[in-house]
Amino acid sequence: MSQESAPQGAGADLVLSGLTKRFATFTAVDDLDLRVPQGSFFALLGPSGCGKTTTLRMVAGLEEPTAGTITLGTDDITHLKPYKRPVNTVFQSYALFPHLSIAANVAFGLRRRGRKQVAEDVERMLDLVELTGLADRRPAQLSGGQQQRVALARALINQPRVLLLDEPLGALDLKLRRQMQIELKRIQTEVGLTFVHVTHDQEEAMTMADTVAVMNAGRIEQLGPPEVLYECPATTFVANFLGQSNLVAGRVVGGSGVSGGGDGGDVVLDVHGATVRADRARAVVAQGDVWVGVRPEKVVLAPAGVAPPEPAGNCLRGGVVSDVSFVGVSTQYLVRMPWGQELTAFSQNSGHHERLRTGAAVDLHWSPAHTFCLDASQDAAAGVEPEDR
Amino acid sequence: MAGPLRTAEPSAPPPAPGGRRGGLSGYLLLLPGGVWLALFFVVPTATLVATSLYDPSGSLQLGYRMTGHVQNYADSLQDYAPQLVRSFVYAGTATLACVVLGFPLAYAIAFKAGRWKNLMLVAVIAPFFTSFLVRTLSWQYILGDNEALVSFLRAVRVLGEDGHLLATPFAVVTGLTYNFLPFMVLPLYASLEKIDHRFLEAAADLYSSPFTAFRTVTLPLAMPGLVAGTLLTFIPSAGDYINSELLGNPQTRMVGNEIQDLFAAGDYPTASALSVTLMAAIVLLVFVYVRRSGTEELV
Amino acid sequence: MSTATATARRTGRGSGRGAGRGPGRWLADHLVLVLGLLVLVYMTVPVLVVMLMSFNDPASRNSYSFDGFTLANWTDVCGPYQLCESLVTSLQIGLLATLGATLLGTLMAFAMVRHRFRGRSAANLLIFLPMATPEVVMGSSLLALFVNVGVAGFLGFWTILVAHVLFCLSFVVVTVKARLAGLDPRLEQAAMDLYANEWQTFWRISFPLVFPGILGAALLSFSLSFDDFIITNLNAGQEVTFPMFVWGAAQRGIPPQINVVGTIMFLVAMSVVLVGELGSRRRAGR
Repeated sequence: MSQESAPQGAGADLVLSGLTKRFATFTAVDDLDLRVPQGSFFALLGPSGCGKTTTLRMVAGLEEPTAGTITLGTDDITHLKPYKRPVNTVFQSYALFPHLSIAANVAFGLRRRGRKQVAEDVERMLDLVELTGLADRRPAQLSGGQQQRVALARALINQPRVLLLDEPLGALDLKLRRQMQIELKRIQTEVGLTFVHVTHDQEEAMTMADTVAVMNAGRIEQLGPPEVLYECPATTFVANFLGQSNLVAGRVVGGSGVSGGGDGGDVVLDVHGATVRADRARAVVAQGDVWVGVRPEKVVLAPAGVAPPEPAGNCLRGGVVSDVSFVGVSTQYLVRMPWGQELTAFSQNSGHHERLRTGAAVDLHWSPAHTFCLDASQDAAAGVEPEDR
Repeated sequence: MAGPLRTAEPSAPPPAPGGRRGGLSGYLLLLPGGVWLALFFVVPTATLVATSLYDPSGSLQLGYRMTGHVQNYADSLQDYAPQLVRSFVYAGTATLACVVLGFPLAYAIAFKAGRWKNLMLVAVIAPFFTSFLVRTLSWQYILGDNEALVSFLRAVRVLGEDGHLLATPFAVVTGLTYNFLPFMVLPLYASLEKIDHRFLEAAADLYSSPFTAFRTVTLPLAMPGLVAGTLLTFIPSAGDYINSELLGNPQTRMVGNEIQDLFAAGDYPTASALSVTLMAAIVLLVFVYVRRSGTEELV
Repeated sequence: MSTATATARRTGRGSGRGAGRGPGRWLADHLVLVLGLLVLVYMTVPVLVVMLMSFNDPASRNSYSFDGFTLANWTDVCGPYQLCESLVTSLQIGLLATLGATLLGTLMAFAMVRHRFRGRSAANLLIFLPMATPEVVMGSSLLALFVNVGVAGFLGFWTILVAHVLFCLSFVVVTVKARLAGLDPRLEQAAMDLYANEWQTFWRISFPLVFPGILGAALLSFSLSFDDFIITNLNAGQEVTFPMFVWGAAQRGIPPQINVVGTIMFLVAMSVVLVGELGSRRRAGR
């Protein structure tokens, strides 16, 4: 591969600005601005129909944007034909050419660009994806996981400046998917190319990507490293789509940072009569009505009136355990609160706590450092996936 | 109402079949064939209608005058109404026979043939490979007075002492049925083959007897094939005159025979009028039929 | 036997009393198959008669019964006046019509499946209508046109060819369309993504993958053209194709050689099918 010109140095970021795609009846991508830094593993995460695949297809040149521009480094590629872009795609369900051998599939891009000697590169690429010796097979003779690797090799061999992956693991079963996630991450680190990965699987996005952009209804809800997105969701959609959240209606009643907005301050909240605190830095909204949020695994349940083993700070009293499900590593509780809402708490099965039973009266404890505040005008159920997870 | 197999992704963008291709290149690809169809199908059909209104006293040598002679239609109907009606009766009977014979065969190939499936399909198509006329002529032999079939039927008293098969309406309908049966079997098979066995198992699980399952599951799902098949057999049968000529007698003449003879005799206006009448009748029948069977998506 | 058990499982809801009740039960399970095979016999017998008759030694010109066995028809195929000339004419027209219809029809099929344009349903109708028109109507329309534009005196090879391309065209479009519709458009997009321009994408991806459909359409065209009588008869002038020869012969007394030609056609076509089947099996097996 060394004879190929190496990808450009810094300044080869993929930049989408004002990108819009309208179909006859609806807007799939709505005025999208995005910068994908060169060499990063970038995930576009969202539910089906959120516009992530359309975005990817516009970058690949398979869909004409209604408005906006796509630039790669200094080149405007918005209106280039797909075969004129230094961008390659790993398609959903792979789209391997059924009438060509694996080697011919992998060599396809190099040959179209006029390269005659491709055998060595093909071999090296098949080694990289661990398919050595399958060069003469047909796609139909390979397993799903193997086909997925061929699709990857077929795109990677061209050394694109950006590699687009459209739900590349969607067709694989769970175990193989986990294995391929690690594999993909390894390959990306090894070749150092920019990967843009489209997926609806939040776990997949968080495992692999340096940066995750959560998309909803044609827009980006929030963008950042997975940990930040998870710990400090900016919208109810992100709070629910990325993992699970308890969102309780509350009201800001005071705090050290309310007017000044300085770091390190507290926000004091009234939640159904109880007083709760949150870090000022974690409050998207710091006055008036808010959604007060906490992740279920941050909540510690203790029998009513008993202090929790470790001091927490925030406490909601008067809950009754309404459901207990044992899932191996943890136990998941549903707790009905006096105001009718059901909150969720996960407890690690470390053997340190006693398991609570349905009907037990409990208090919920958690730390102000794990509390976040969101805009109360947003739908508290946004991004909740209909199927169980 | 949602169908049983609706996928649950209502808001996903429509899969663009052509991606970004559109407009001009599409027309360019369509152009040569489209011109051919326009020049040699649309224009001739218009010419046929025009010719049907020419003054019938003209001739090929002297030329025709366009006089808007609607009388041609009345004349042709008056003279050839029996042949027209007979054509539709024969074609209808043959189509019905094709359904009765074709359905078990298509069903057997789709569900019961196992590894003989391909062989049976080839056997359905195989007759196509021998000239249509030569095959029709062989029915002259099969149905001949001195041959085994007639002798047998006479012996078992199905036919009288001097009963015939050849040169009867029966022979004509038999020939029509034979000629167009593959056009019934193939679309029927294509429809039946798509039916998932699990549908029938689900029907059985939901307390359907095999017969009820057939009536409520198999038959509705086979409808597109059945409609296509009946059209593909009925339309060519109604216009055919080969079977009537080779296997029938002067009393079994169909409208096709008359159109052919009128053209051969040079009476273009009457022939055209009869031709347009046949076409109009078929279009009307097909339209009503397709409407009633509720299968509008044929193409 | 696995088929039989599978069938029994499929149909057998009353499994308690059904299993292994002897021939009655077997017949009930296989009734449809038996009926289907009987229908197949009905469809096959005439072909067998044609084969038999190719060895017939007729007692008189008008006799169409098997009078004696001879190989003379096979050694003297071209004996009857005009038989082989008409055969050559039919082959020529068949090949040219197939070429023309396959080319035009394939282009149209690509336009219909892979391109979005206005007037799509009108185009669909235009393609569908010729298939819904009885041959005698289509033939007489063409004749009416030829007469009106003053080429009635020049009816012959070329007017037949025009007609044959016309009625084969729609069948080609439908056949190729079906194959093309089953082709994942992502394959073509993947090719474009891998630096193949439109031309390369067509020749390296679309064409090879649609080729079986195009081949099927071409074979269908040829057999339709080779077999056509009604439309040809109206527009042939003095030209004689093979079906027209058979028709004429049927009025005068049928030479047994036409059965030889019928048998040869059948055998050639079957071997093409067999070779194709074996080829695809081998490819699948690799």
